[in-house]
Order: sequence, then structure tokens, then C-alpha cells
Amino acid sequence: MTPILKVKNIAKRYAGIHAVADVSFEVMPGEIFGVIGPNGSGKTTMFNSILGQIAPDSGSIEFKGENMTGYSPIALNRRGIGRTFQTLQVFGKMTVRDNLLVAAQEHQGTLVSRIFAPGDSGLGPKADNLIDQFRLHHVRDKKAGELSYGQQKLVDIAMAFMSDPHMVLLDEPCAGVNPGLVGEISRLLKELNRSRKSSFVVIEHNMDFVMDLCHRILVLVEGRVMAVGTPDEIRADRRVLEAYLGS
Amino acid sequence: MKKYRFTLLMAALLALLAIPPFLKSYGVYLSSYWLVFVIATMGLNLTVGYAGQKSLGHAAFLGIGAYTTAILLKVGISFWLGLPLAMILCFLVGLILGFPALRVRTIYLAFATLGFNTAVWLVIRNEEWLTGGTYGLSGIERPSIFGFSLANSLVFYYFILVVAILLGLALWRLLASPWGKAFTALRDNPIRAESLGIDTRRYTLLSFAIGAAYAGAAGALLAPLVQFMDPAPFTAAASIMMYLMVVVGGAGYFFGPLVGAAVGVVLPEWLRFAQGWYLFAFGFTVFALMLWLPDGLLSIPDQVRRRRLARQARAARKAINSSSEVRA
Repeated sequence: MTPILKVKNIAKRYAGIHAVADVSFEVMPGEIFGVIGPNGSGKTTMFNSILGQIAPDSGSIEFKGENMTGYSPIALNRRGIGRTFQTLQVFGKMTVRDNLLVAAQEHQGTLVSRIFAPGDSGLGPKADNLIDQFRLHHVRDKKAGELSYGQQKLVDIAMAFMSDPHMVLLDEPCAGVNPGLVGEISRLLKELNRSRKSSFVVIEHNMDFVMDLCHRILVLVEGRVMAVGTPDEIRADRRVLEAYLGS
Repeated sequence: MKKYRFTLLMAALLALLAIPPFLKSYGVYLSSYWLVFVIATMGLNLTVGYAGQKSLGHAAFLGIGAYTTAILLKVGISFWLGLPLAMILCFLVGLILGFPALRVRTIYLAFATLGFNTAVWLVIRNEEWLTGGTYGLSGIERPSIFGFSLANSLVFYYFILVVAILLGLALWRLLASPWGKAFTALRDNPIRAESLGIDTRRYTLLSFAIGAAYAGAAGALLAPLVQFMDPAPFTAAASIMMYLMVVVGGAGYFFGPLVGAAVGVVLPEWLRFAQGWYLFAFGFTVFALMLWLPDGLLSIPDQVRRRRLARQARAARKAINSSSEVRA
């Protein structure tokens, strides 16, 4: 099977210090790929390099066989890469439904045709389905900024799926959420992965979540790949236990 | 639209139609002047309130629109050609002014646009061969439509009202389209907007260009309304005043410009009874508004709702705490 994402020898330095050094990995279609590592190990730098937020010093990123190194976040989104951020990034003054609509509207028609398009760009039923799937129907017409942190987190994740991306990169989807919601996010991501066959790359500190959700996991330590393997292989890797899990 | 809002809108429209015939000529003139600023600040509200760009150069577009129309009228070109030309010219210049916004934001962008305003004002003042300089351009005639003269002040007021309504409807449609959401996304979180495929560069430029086109239309109406153009209404101070109108009315509220322009244009006239103190009274009113209503006058219902929600949340917390104390 051809990988959907190929990251080859990505490196990024800040003031002479390697934040990410020679990182390579591949993600297969439909795979949930986890990235773990202690704070400062370069996970977010690597993520932002893939997503066009920062330019890597060297290396390349291939998505569906196309070299996309240095592409802007807009271009990457248009080619089918969705993302979420470590911190909440909903549009607080828009309703939940509008947050979902705006997340996919630029994939409909042209700039000029969108002036004459209906407000929901014809995406209303799709947004409503996703709202139901995320169990947000009771807050559909509320402003996102007025919701609880957990609800906003769900909106944030749902937005990344509105444009039917081939791959979604999720940066700490469980950061700051209660244990009950962690289970709910895990259930939703598994369901979306099954129904849409899209691939995920997930950065997360919650080990139980990552081990339960991901098909394979990459361990990043001091900007370098320490190990890649299935959750069982990672659990059994003595180097990982010593360097990251600390036991 | 909620029923009470629709009723309020219809009442306001009725007032705008019915009251002016009972006003003295200065009252009609002031109402027309207010409508011109409503149109101009509708555009600025798009740039500032919806798209979140800091622009202090709006009076320059008002000036470009006014002088374009005035000059064209003086050389015998019809107002009906002058109005769209003024809008197109302002759209293009607004597009160019949008480019600094792609590089700088917040106060730095505000200063860049302020510099642009000053440059335009200097051109208007110094290029006497074209603009009449400080002597201005006089004898600007009001247009006719299908042989019907709009020269009468009251008739011209109704003409401006029709243009304001048409431009208001166009803006309403624009904001209800996906563009409206894209502008709001650009204002609230440009990084997230880009990650969703929203081309923030294009929407930034368009917010400036469309906002400028509205000011161009306002300027094109201002010239035949005043019938004399000099550089005074287009200074940097005028831009600051227009920005104030948007903020006082409520940036990002569709009807904010109606209220804001009333505060900026009509209120100083109402306060003239205070004679030498009227500017002080105006300044103090604006100061108090900014202190207690930083989101503008139209934010009052939202503020009341937020306070009610906060009160309900406090009451719910209190009830939970007291029931857990009883259990303990």
C-alpha cells in the first residue's frame, strides 16, 4: 500500500539548537498514527513543519505522492489536510453551526460564486449530521464562545472534519478535558476513522488515550525518532520506558 | 430576523420617511449629511467591525469619491457615471491600501492608513489645478433622474435615503453569504481561518476595497449635497471621527453605523444649546460611552443577556453548593 503521508528527514533549528533533527516516518491510508514525546521533544515543531505553519530547514513532505514541502496552510487544507490546534481555536462569536459551515465553505465554488451562494453554502445538512454525531445538537445555535471548554473542544475537532479531509492532524485533542470527555473523543475519532477511512496523526500526552486509539506510535525525544511501532511494541520498548515513561 | 427587530426596523424606516418634511431646511440638510456618513461608516464597519482591520484612512476615500464626482460634474460628465466611477476608483485604491494590512496589523496598520489619509489630503489641498486647493470647487449641481430634478433638499434627502437602503441591502446580502463568515473568521482568528482554507489575504484586501467603495459612494453623494468641496472634511481627524462612529455604534453590528453616525453627526448639533461647552459635552459623552460601553451602543442587549446568563450561572452554582452542604 502507498503511504498517504511521507515525511523525509525533516529538520528545524532554532538559534543553532535542533528542535527537530532528521525525522522520517510514513502514515498509511486509514491509519491512526500517534506521536508522543516529553515536553520540548519537537512534536509541535514537526507538526507545524508538516502543516506549513513554519518552514523546515531541510527535508521533504509528500502527501498522496505530491511534494508539499513549504506549502501554505491554505493550500494544504484545499488538498485535503485538516488540523486542530493545541489550544481552543473556535470562532467564539459564531454559532456552533456557523463554525462548522465556515470550516468547509471555501471548498465550495469560487470566490465570486460564494457571494451569491446561500449562507450555509449548501453545507447545512452536512453540518447538522456532524453536530448530531458529536452530540452538540442542543447547543447548535449557541455562540461557540459561550460553551463549556469541553463542548468547545468538540466543536474544534468537528470543524476539522467538515471538509471531508483525507488526513487530519490533531494536536493534543485531550488537553484540558475531563476523563469522561477523553473517552468520548476517543469513541468519536474511532468512529470517524472507520466511517470516513481518513488517516489521523495525533499528538497527545495522555498515554491511555494514545495506546487505545492509535494503530502505530512514533516516540520523539530531543527532536529525534526514538522508536516507531504498535502500541504493544512501544509499551515493551525498554528505551522508551527509560527515556519517556521514566520507569 | 426576530419579530421585534423587524418591527423596530420598520418603525425606523417609517420615521426616516415621515419626519423630514416637518423639519426646517437645516434639519433636512443634517439628516442628509447623517445618511451620507451612515453609508461611509457602513463600509468602514465592514473593514473594521467584520474583518477586524484597523483603518484610519476612511476620510481619504470619502474625499476621493467626493472630488471624483465633483470634478466630473464640473467637466460636464453625468452624476450617474460619476457615482459608479467614484466607487470603482475607491475600490481600486482600497485594494492597494489593503496591501500594508498583509504585512502589519493593529496600531501599525492604523498608522499606515493614517499616513495614506494625510497624503491624499495633501494632494487635495495642493493640487489646485485639479481640486481648487483651499479655494475648493463650488457650484456643484445636484443631478436629475429621468428629467426629474433632485435639486430640492427634501427630494435629495429621499434620493440619498434610497441609495443608503440599496447599499445597506447589498451589504446585508454580502454578510449573509459565505463571505460574511469568512470576514468574521479573519477578524476572530486568522491562523485558524487559514487552516480551514480561507484565503485571508484575499479577504483582507476585499474588506478594504469594499469598505472604500462605500466611502466612495458616500463622497459622490456628499459633493452634490454640500455643492461645494474643500479639503476640510477629509483630514486625518475626520477619519478618526468616522472610526469613532463605528465603535460608538457597535463595531460588527449591522445597524451600528446608523447609531454611530447619529452620535458623530447629529449629537454635536443637538448639544449646541450648551454653546461654548458643546464640544466638552460631546467629548464627555463619548468618553463615558467608551468607558461603560466599549462594544458600542448596540451591544446593550447582548450585555444585558450576558449579565442575565452570569446571574443564572451564579444562582445554579449557589443551589448546587447549598444542596451538597445539606447532604454533608
